[in-house]
Amino acid sequence: MRPLSPQFPPVPEDTLVDIQSVTFSYGRRAILKGISMRVPRGKVVAIMGASGSGKTTLLRIIGGQLKPTKGAARVAGHAVHELDSEGLYRMRRKMSMLFQFGALFTDLSVFENVAFPLREHTRLPEPMIRDLVLMKLEAVGMRGAHRLKPAELSGGMARRVALARAVVLDPLLVMYDEPFAGLDPIALAVIGQLIRKLNDALGSTSIIVTHDVLESLQIVDYLYFISDGVIVGEGTPEEIKRSELPYVRQFVHGEIDGPVPFHYPAKPYAVDAGLAGAPRA
Amino acid sequence: MRASRGRLVLDVRKPLARLGANVVNGIWRLGSMARFFGLVLASSGTSFSRFRLVMREVYFSGVLSLIIIIVSGLFIGMVLGLQGYQTLQRYGATESIGVLVALALVRELGPVVSAILFAARAGSAITAEIGLMKTTEQLSAMDMMAVSPMARVIAPRFWAGIISMPILSLLFSAMGVFGGYLVGVVIIGVDNGAFWSQMQAAVDFRYDVLNGLVKAFVFGIAVTVVATFEGYSAPPTAEGVSGATTRTVVTSALMILLLDFVLTAFMLRADH
Repeated sequence: MRPLSPQFPPVPEDTLVDIQSVTFSYGRRAILKGISMRVPRGKVVAIMGASGSGKTTLLRIIGGQLKPTKGAARVAGHAVHELDSEGLYRMRRKMSMLFQFGALFTDLSVFENVAFPLREHTRLPEPMIRDLVLMKLEAVGMRGAHRLKPAELSGGMARRVALARAVVLDPLLVMYDEPFAGLDPIALAVIGQLIRKLNDALGSTSIIVTHDVLESLQIVDYLYFISDGVIVGEGTPEEIKRSELPYVRQFVHGEIDGPVPFHYPAKPYAVDAGLAGAPRA
Repeated sequence: MRASRGRLVLDVRKPLARLGANVVNGIWRLGSMARFFGLVLASSGTSFSRFRLVMREVYFSGVLSLIIIIVSGLFIGMVLGLQGYQTLQRYGATESIGVLVALALVRELGPVVSAILFAARAGSAITAEIGLMKTTEQLSAMDMMAVSPMARVIAPRFWAGIISMPILSLLFSAMGVFGGYLVGVVIIGVDNGAFWSQMQAAVDFRYDVLNGLVKAFVFGIAVTVVATFEGYSAPPTAEGVSGATTRTVVTSALMILLLDFVLTAFMLRADH
């Protein structure tokens, strides 16, 4: 254990990402309300929750793209929001992020997309860049497509290329923002397996923000459930499958009504319909 | 009576509030643009250390604008030749057609029209490209890779615009003079020697050509700052990008005309 600062409790040595009482608001709208979680080194952790529950916001706070209103997100012991722009960029060289639809640079080929971080951050000779890029593309099964442009790729292929780009510098931490969104079952399984295998092969740590329960339960080590800005459930995949917590149950089993109501808040239907002597709205 | 007065007050307040909001919003955007300009300048180091990034953008915004600049310059010069001949004929000064065409182009039409064409051709493309990069999270991805989008995407486009604009303006003027020559000398039959010698005598390098280049340089800054700012601040939606592209063309055109007036006033004052 190593103490970080007086207001935060000591963090176990194996913790890479430590989120302590993070609160975040857009104006008066609170998105995250005092969230705390830990991501151990070498593990794949999923953050799940309905759309708009604050998952992506949390990811952006870890990446330093947003600053928490209160609390802190620490990566490898550094409070991300306290870093100046130079320190933040130094930190980001050790982390990477896979965006929802890949965010490949459309004016560059597949090869150049994967080579981009290498060209920007290293002075490696061209033959070495070529070897590294082809190696990463081979790992995601896209070496044969290295000359194609992003516009020529399917959604699943683009996600795999983006994955190769995300791991080309062998980052300490890889964050995935909805990596399974809009994929067919085969592409979804491929991406899921690649996330797990690359995480283990590179010895990195992964945080996946997703709502895909079935895929996540197969590949992750631990899950957090966020609803309305707070953590409403957590556990290993086995614990989550057995969980009786109402939100976790509704989410995992896809129940249409529960803590997340089917109906948008409204007056009683009888009032709107003008029945039973109720005055019309 | 009181109710109708109340309604009257409300009716007046609404447009006033809208006007006030628009003014505040306009000032806020102007401030944001000034801050953005400062950030672009501060992030320009990469553009000079990796100059090929700038040269790539010079190709996209400058070289690909050549056709529209050359064709427009030629036709505007030809129209100037026709109109100028028509007017000068009344005073028996048709040999001065070269002077008229050259001064009109080098001092005003060259920088102003080429800048407006540049805003429409390259400025709108820059805004749309940056706006789409933002919408598809390419700028966020770059930022998360510890690569500053300001240094890697915005600054090279800004400097490419500044380099391209004076060259395009010169080419526009040159093509315009050639158009005037075609109409005046080749078609109408004004004396070739008089056309060129009078032009040479009347057009001053320092006060005409250089001032025109200064204008083109300033317009280049205005157009590229507006284009990159609008793209960078565009809401990440289809409507957002389309609105930003339109704003680039409209704002740039208005800024060019306003700046042209201010610069001309200063330059004429300096001449006297």
